[in-house]
Amino acid sequence: MASTDTDLAPILDTFERRPETLISLLQAVQGRLGYLPPEVLGTVARHARVPRSRVYGVASFYSQFRFNPVGRHRVAVCRGTACHVRGARLILEELERSLGIKEGQTTEDMEYSLETVACIGCCGLSPCISVGDEVSAKLTAKKVRKLFKNAQRSAHK
Amino acid sequence: MIDITTRKVEVSIDGSTVLVDPSSTVLEAALEHGVFIPHLCHDPDLKPTGVCRLCMVEVDGRLLTACNTPVVAGALIRTDTDAVKETRLGAVELLLVNHHRGTVDCAEGETCELAKIARLLEVDETRLKRLRRSDQTLDVDTSNPFFHFDPNICVLCGICVRTCDEIVGVGAIDFVKRGIYTTIGSAPDAQWIDSDCVSCGECVVRCPTGSLAPTHHEVPEREVISTCTYCGCGCGIHLGVRDDRIVSVRGVRENPANEGRLCVKGRFGFEFVNSPDRLTTPLIRRQGKLEEATWDEALDLVAERFSANRGEAFASIASAKLTNEENYLIQKFTRAVMGTNNVDHCARLCHSPSVAGLVQSFGSGAMTSSTKDIGDARCILAVGTNTTAAHPIVALQVMRSLRQGGKLIVINPREIELAHYADLFIQNRPGSDVALLMGMMRVIVDEGLHDLEFIEARCEDYEVFRESLAQYDEALVEEKTGVPFAQIARAARMYAENSPASILYAMGITQHTHGTDNVLATSNLALLTGNVGRASSGVNPLRGQSNVQGACDMGGLPNVYPGYQRVDDPKVQAKFERAWGVELHSTPGLTHLEILGGVTAGPIKAIYLVGENPALSEADASHAREALEKVDFLVVQDIFLTESTEHADVVLPAASFAEKDGTFTNTERRVQRVRKAIEPVGDSREDGWITSAIAKRMGVEGFDHESAEEVMNEIASLTPQYGGITHDRIEDIGLQWPCPDPSHPGTRYLHAERFPRPNGRGRFFPLQYRPPAEEPDAEFPLVLTTERSLYHYHTATMTRRVPGLEKLRSEELVEIHPRDAEALSIASGDRVRVTSRRGEVTARALVTEVSPPGTVSMTFHFHEAPTNVLTNAAYDPVAKIPETKVCAVRVEPAS
Repeated sequence: MASTDTDLAPILDTFERRPETLISLLQAVQGRLGYLPPEVLGTVARHARVPRSRVYGVASFYSQFRFNPVGRHRVAVCRGTACHVRGARLILEELERSLGIKEGQTTEDMEYSLETVACIGCCGLSPCISVGDEVSAKLTAKKVRKLFKNAQRSAHK
Repeated sequence: MIDITTRKVEVSIDGSTVLVDPSSTVLEAALEHGVFIPHLCHDPDLKPTGVCRLCMVEVDGRLLTACNTPVVAGALIRTDTDAVKETRLGAVELLLVNHHRGTVDCAEGETCELAKIARLLEVDETRLKRLRRSDQTLDVDTSNPFFHFDPNICVLCGICVRTCDEIVGVGAIDFVKRGIYTTIGSAPDAQWIDSDCVSCGECVVRCPTGSLAPTHHEVPEREVISTCTYCGCGCGIHLGVRDDRIVSVRGVRENPANEGRLCVKGRFGFEFVNSPDRLTTPLIRRQGKLEEATWDEALDLVAERFSANRGEAFASIASAKLTNEENYLIQKFTRAVMGTNNVDHCARLCHSPSVAGLVQSFGSGAMTSSTKDIGDARCILAVGTNTTAAHPIVALQVMRSLRQGGKLIVINPREIELAHYADLFIQNRPGSDVALLMGMMRVIVDEGLHDLEFIEARCEDYEVFRESLAQYDEALVEEKTGVPFAQIARAARMYAENSPASILYAMGITQHTHGTDNVLATSNLALLTGNVGRASSGVNPLRGQSNVQGACDMGGLPNVYPGYQRVDDPKVQAKFERAWGVELHSTPGLTHLEILGGVTAGPIKAIYLVGENPALSEADASHAREALEKVDFLVVQDIFLTESTEHADVVLPAASFAEKDGTFTNTERRVQRVRKAIEPVGDSREDGWITSAIAKRMGVEGFDHESAEEVMNEIASLTPQYGGITHDRIEDIGLQWPCPDPSHPGTRYLHAERFPRPNGRGRFFPLQYRPPAEEPDAEFPLVLTTERSLYHYHTATMTRRVPGLEKLRSEELVEIHPRDAEALSIASGDRVRVTSRRGEVTARALVTEVSPPGTVSMTFHFHEAPTNVLTNAAYDPVAKIPETKVCAVRVEPAS
């Protein structure tokens, strides 16, 4: 924890020690670390002079903040209207099975993190997901299993 | 429409015209006039938020939430229109479907406000089914030993979040996550116990749905109003009784000291009363073993041996846990029957410098302010007090002051909880307070921030004091305190420029070889800025035990009779000789340390030790134990076997505070009733009965009072400050002394007109910086300072018999800074050995930045790691208090 604190000191020091800076502070910290580890919430709380619970309350309200590290590949499941009616839920469930993680989590080997987004913007290809910058179209549970065969092996190892 | 005399305004509620306070809300106005408006998120102690939407009313035809709508003169308020009913019904339905059990027949039954409202509004079950979500059941959080949180029945009214923020000031919980997943929480995947929660239960008592509910709940058959037995805050409590057991506690809202609020010990800490470990019969040591005996046997033996040790061979140690009446009897017994002034008690080890110091400067050694007034201070200087841990209810007033924009300066070697709220936190070296405070005063004088008018009109010896400030220049102050002078100057300005300013202090000031000087430094500071004699100002020693103020007031001290009347004053002596009908002695007796020291190197042959555990609490405890072992005849009167009873010749089983009548005087000088809620456990007896029984067996008169009330009448007749106090007068609300006569209303703050000194003036004292008696060196390179845990009390004979408190804190922890820990290769949880010149103890380490580099800290609650084996018995020359706050130690891994 001491080392994280030291890493963050230059970032924290650019913010005034006031509650009003909380969101910007969280953005800066996440920008540096990629996510918000639990112990950092306390550090941020002390700096912004707010209770720890307030930091978590605010951070968990906004979807932009994450409490788990991001994997090398970000898997985003589209939950737009078109994808939804064509079974986005089943796709998400299959992904959770294949990767062995829940939405918002990252695989232990740090390869994949799984999230949902409101709409990727290619409704003609529904149901779809994006892995990094690449979109996989017209998915079925079977196709998902195939796509993440390797991941599945590592997840169940 | 505005009544000129009462300033009330006229409004119409459901057609009837009523007069209401213009500052009230529509909800308050309606409730005051007997019109019920359903409400869930409203609490009279909290700011209104209007989130539950149940209190909808029509004001001048518009639908509004009553709880956050102020009344306006002439308003037409309707609480019963169709529109109102329809909106309320919609609101309650939506709440009920989130209240998972979500039916009118809620399992929480009578305690569920939502269920009551649902019944009142005639909710239709069939409509609810349509609305109900089918989501999964969430886990109930049972991590806290005293209460649980069931998110499934929580309707997110936010009362708990607001209570923790607005009243307790901790903010342990908040709304977390979003949308339908919103819940009450503290951190990702954290349980309640992982939060910053202090387990006070203020949120639990306010929760309207039973989502937060006590783990053990028994409905009491009856309730008895009494005063909490833990710290000196003196909170009013309703003790709930079932059969002969204490089953519940709740705060007394009408009590001015706590206004219904309680801390974790006060709310959940009374299982010790009915503990199976309670002493239930007298014990006599025979062939080295304590064996059960009858009261007759025990009292005969005690009377016989005491009779043989009259005079200077005898000493009593009275107790800050007993009532005023009982302490009065003990000192009377010691003086009138045993013929000696050798009576002292544990105040010697905590606030004797306050009594000695403040008597010299102000003429009276008690807290000048009332607890509640502290919340209205513009500035609070908290020096040497870990208020949130040791005086939680006073800490609530600090929070109140902060919310009103008051400034907070915290001076403490440790980064205590309060430091996080402070406008200015000064982390000085242990034992450097005189240099620090005098440095502040030098800045105040140099910058002309002092109150010359007050100094001239009401003080003396200012010049000689001012001259003594010269030595406290930047270099000296920085060197001694280790604090940049600029910070000290900021503190000086903040304190001097924000008036009224109130100084709070506790053991961090007193438990030093220069404790009296520390106290005088605080009184100098208050006099210099005119911060005495007004509400919300003053110097406020926070007293530690429930009746430590009273035990001092009652003359449980070797140099004074009740009311601080000196034993060496012939007029006083004559007065007590007349009243008690015996000859008395004018030589002051021995103090606490001297009594124990007097066993090995003095006249002491018999000790009457009441309600105290010096084997664990005395500095250099090994020496104290030796004395207890060596003394010819030791009588210990207590509610449990303790480390001290191990050395006793006779153990007398006493009744707990819940089993007797009497009074406690709290830290703000308020004399309050203690009432018998249950019969004494087993064959235990009230302490007052025991002392009187010993006296009667010794064939003396003056101990045949029929009741505690009668004793109080005797006290009032001899003690000027208590002259107007009777049990009758304090039946409902306690009186604050001085209360010299039966028509006197009591005294909210001291020294309003004059100081109770011969010339009526407050006195300045020039002060010399003196270092602690023992400083770190090559062999013992670290400073050990002692502290207290919120969850335990003194030597924990009571709190460790409360399983929940034991769960919250079960062992001693040596707090050490990461830098020192790293150098010693110590990690949190490692067992470490702490060694001083006097002894060694082992305990687990807690690596934390709360402890500054070079300083470690420990509590003294745990007999497995008796910290006072390490501490230094070097004492203050005036107050004779040992220096438990500073000694030199060595820490090493214990393998």
